[in-house]
Amino acid sequence: MTREEILNELKKVIAPYTTNKEMLAGIDDNTDLIKDLKINSANLVDIIIDAEAKYDIEIDYDSADKMVNVGNCVDVINEKLKEK
Amino acid sequence: MTNHILNHLPYKSSFRFVDHIASLNEDGVKGEYTLKPDSFFYEDHFEDNPVTPGVIITEIMAQIGLVVLGMFLIMKEADHRFEANDSMFPLLTSTDVSFYKIVLPGQKVTVISKKEYFRFGKLKCYVEMMNSDNELVAKGMFAGIIKQIAVNK
Repeated sequence: MTREEILNELKKVIAPYTTNKEMLAGIDDNTDLIKDLKINSANLVDIIIDAEAKYDIEIDYDSADKMVNVGNCVDVINEKLKEK
Repeated sequence: MTNHILNHLPYKSSFRFVDHIASLNEDGVKGEYTLKPDSFFYEDHFEDNPVTPGVIITEIMAQIGLVVLGMFLIMKEADHRFEANDSMFPLLTSTDVSFYKIVLPGQKVTVISKKEYFRFGKLKCYVEMMNSDNELVAKGMFAGIIKQIAVNK
């Protein structure tokens, strides 16, 4: 999967957890999940778990810690997909 | 173990809503609470017609279903070396509850919680409350975290 494909899929994973649909449509690598998309910090855990199910990967604590903005999320998913 | 948890619940007197832990393991918890007729909220909710507020029902479900189970899971993770820490507070991060029956002063309720997941410090559970006739009072999804807060005393 290319980064762009991952980004498009990631939008669907994030969608249930943000009310800011306009911002979600235009996300890029620098979009901050908490500050920009106004996601409840505890829901980041749900996004990680949903992403794991979607890509059939496992995200460990250290990787999860890096998932602050959209670019970091795509990097982590990309890295885990390569490890498969 | 259950006594240890009950003794270390951070809630005191009028806001402690756990009497007894009937069963507790890594997948869930079952506990009980009897509503005290002299509880502070009955005086005004409603005047001369006391009914347990939905927010208190929700709190009972959260204390038994999330906090008791959460403390148990954290103690297990810490290999039972968990000690009471004044700066640890359980915080509710989301609830989605439906209510089916009213609960009156003096009634005993049973809360049954099943773990959905416990990851990255967040506990999410499906929680049900039954009355003493085993009728469903409320049900819903609950999630919370344990937060370290610096307290200036």
